[in-house]
Amino acid sequence: MTAIDTTYREALRQALIDAMNEDPDIVVMGEEVGLYGGAYGVTKGMIEQFGPERILDTPISEAGIVGAAVGAAMSGLRPVAELMYVDFIGLVMDQLANQAAKIRYMFGGQIGVPMVLRSQGGTGRSAAAQHSQSLEAWMAHIPGLRVAMPATVNDAYHLLRHALTLPDPVVFLEHKGLYVQKGVMDTAKPDAPWGKAVVRRTGADITIVTYSKMVLESLAAAELLAAQGVSAEVLDLRTLNPLDDETISASVRRTHRAMVVTEAHLTGGFSAELSARIHESCFDHLEEPVTRVAGEDIPIPVSPPLERNAVPNAQLIAETGLWLVQRKAPAWAS
Amino acid sequence: MSSDNKLLHALYRDMRRIRSLEERVSELFVRSESAGSMLHLSIGEEAVAGVCRAMDAKDSFTTHHRGHGIFVARGAEPARMLAEIAGKADGYCRGKGGSMHIADMGLGHLGANAIVGGGISHAVGAALAYKRKKQPHVSVAFFGDGAMQQGILYESMNLAALWSLPVVFVCINNQYGMGTRVDRATANLAFDERARAFGLDGMIVDATDVELVHETAERMIANARQGKPGFMCLTCYRFYGHARMDKSPYRDSEEEAAGRARDPLGKARQRLSERGTKAAELDALDAEIATEMDAALESAIKATMPPVETMFEDVFAPDQPKPTPLRTRLNAMLSEASR
Repeated sequence: MTAIDTTYREALRQALIDAMNEDPDIVVMGEEVGLYGGAYGVTKGMIEQFGPERILDTPISEAGIVGAAVGAAMSGLRPVAELMYVDFIGLVMDQLANQAAKIRYMFGGQIGVPMVLRSQGGTGRSAAAQHSQSLEAWMAHIPGLRVAMPATVNDAYHLLRHALTLPDPVVFLEHKGLYVQKGVMDTAKPDAPWGKAVVRRTGADITIVTYSKMVLESLAAAELLAAQGVSAEVLDLRTLNPLDDETISASVRRTHRAMVVTEAHLTGGFSAELSARIHESCFDHLEEPVTRVAGEDIPIPVSPPLERNAVPNAQLIAETGLWLVQRKAPAWAS
Repeated sequence: MSSDNKLLHALYRDMRRIRSLEERVSELFVRSESAGSMLHLSIGEEAVAGVCRAMDAKDSFTTHHRGHGIFVARGAEPARMLAEIAGKADGYCRGKGGSMHIADMGLGHLGANAIVGGGISHAVGAALAYKRKKQPHVSVAFFGDGAMQQGILYESMNLAALWSLPVVFVCINNQYGMGTRVDRATANLAFDERARAFGLDGMIVDATDVELVHETAERMIANARQGKPGFMCLTCYRFYGHARMDKSPYRDSEEEAAGRARDPLGKARQRLSERGTKAAELDALDAEIATEMDAALESAIKATMPPVETMFEDVFAPDQPKPTPLRTRLNAMLSEASR
């Protein structure tokens, strides 16, 4: 029996522990990963288990941490660099986008940078504008980076385990609103191979393409839609690079309608990339234009009602779906 | 030959090879055979050879945009270097990196870097790996005075000192960050003090004196190997402009004349003569090196360009999913639409 009920946070920790037990070259480095146990508790207790040589508490030097991880990854270690909040990525972007992502290419394939940058983003804790963003588009734009965004407990475990076997840098983005999420972790059984999207709910009328915490909101929306007689299919992308175009396009060609849901801001977001790809691959099969339901184009406000309304929720997703499929306008339509 | 003279002779040879190579880099450009004009010559900085010769074979290093000299002094083949600078398939990086991103893992070259200060932390990370894996190597980060004003240098110095890592930071202070003289970039030129403030050993060395550079580097590297990281600043003068197109409008000819008089190669040659080496012997060595570099230049010019399809290789490891070429995607989309 390998399946147990646990949380997203525990699944992440188990993935790190199992990977570190198998691979002595894995080290975890970052702010408060050791004695403190991680800002969100993911690495709790690991310094006792693995010692300060493998669980490295660092000063608050994000660029230096990631830069050292790059050099260490080129020299025989497999570092997991933890960036406490994805909002701090601005401090790291040179080391990530100009160095980690390009070293294999610039050096003609001589060496790779097998490191994982773990971070977390998203809203839900009134953490305000500099601690609540969803910045995956910045990373997904850069050739040479893999980007994973697990939504489920089982994916938290398996995607992180897989990321820790890959020969190239992986940006692993967790969601702060998912750490306490409960679910089943089966260490022997991933939901799907790395790079493959998973159909979390099958449906016939519309395909909702999403990832990370918006998978949960989209599944809740699909329930609301079912009550109205609309059958929605929910696709969880799991990784943005590699991106599973085939599963997306096969689903949309069947349902003839597509909605892309992201917590990230609309403009220039990964939702735009997904929408464009669906239009390109499914144009003749679409009944309606691909519709994006995304975060508002505003900084994330601190006040709970403002914060809640800055990002999509199940109701908004369901209302939009109903409008698209049944042409039933929501109350806010003019 | 006394051992002192043997060492200086070897250092002179290293430095002459650097200058001779850089002259061919320049010629590659003049003959329109280089890939672009972003070529940064290290003429005047040849005393880096003193650091390079103080390193062990398995020590690693990172360099900057002006790193040709360091690489050749660490054993690079000039023909493959020039081929890379020309964007050829036979280059060290198969024509993907060029002058500013040349690297060779076999020689411990963890990469030249075109972001000022960009490679410094990689040497720190390499040193972290050596310490963790109990390997006796040292990593050396080479960079220019421009990087002395970059934040990541200080994050890196702090980590190196905090974790007692086997790393040496080497600043080549050629007086200019592009067109900005170092005293227009910073108020305190005592860079050694900055390093000492982090708990590192710190030294400023006159880089016209390659023997002094070598002696200092030997000590710093030996200390680093024992977990005591250090910083050395080589004071020199950039003889020519920032890159091949720069005519140096920001400095006058008197300054340049005085700067070029601070010639590490000339000084080493003079010292060798004083210690009894015949001019004819050095002339013969110079000529031998010139012949080697001429052959490397012609070989790089004759080398072939990489096949276009190789541009999709090396974004990720060979067994991993690759980026989709634009034409493949357009084909999938438009061939269906036009049916």
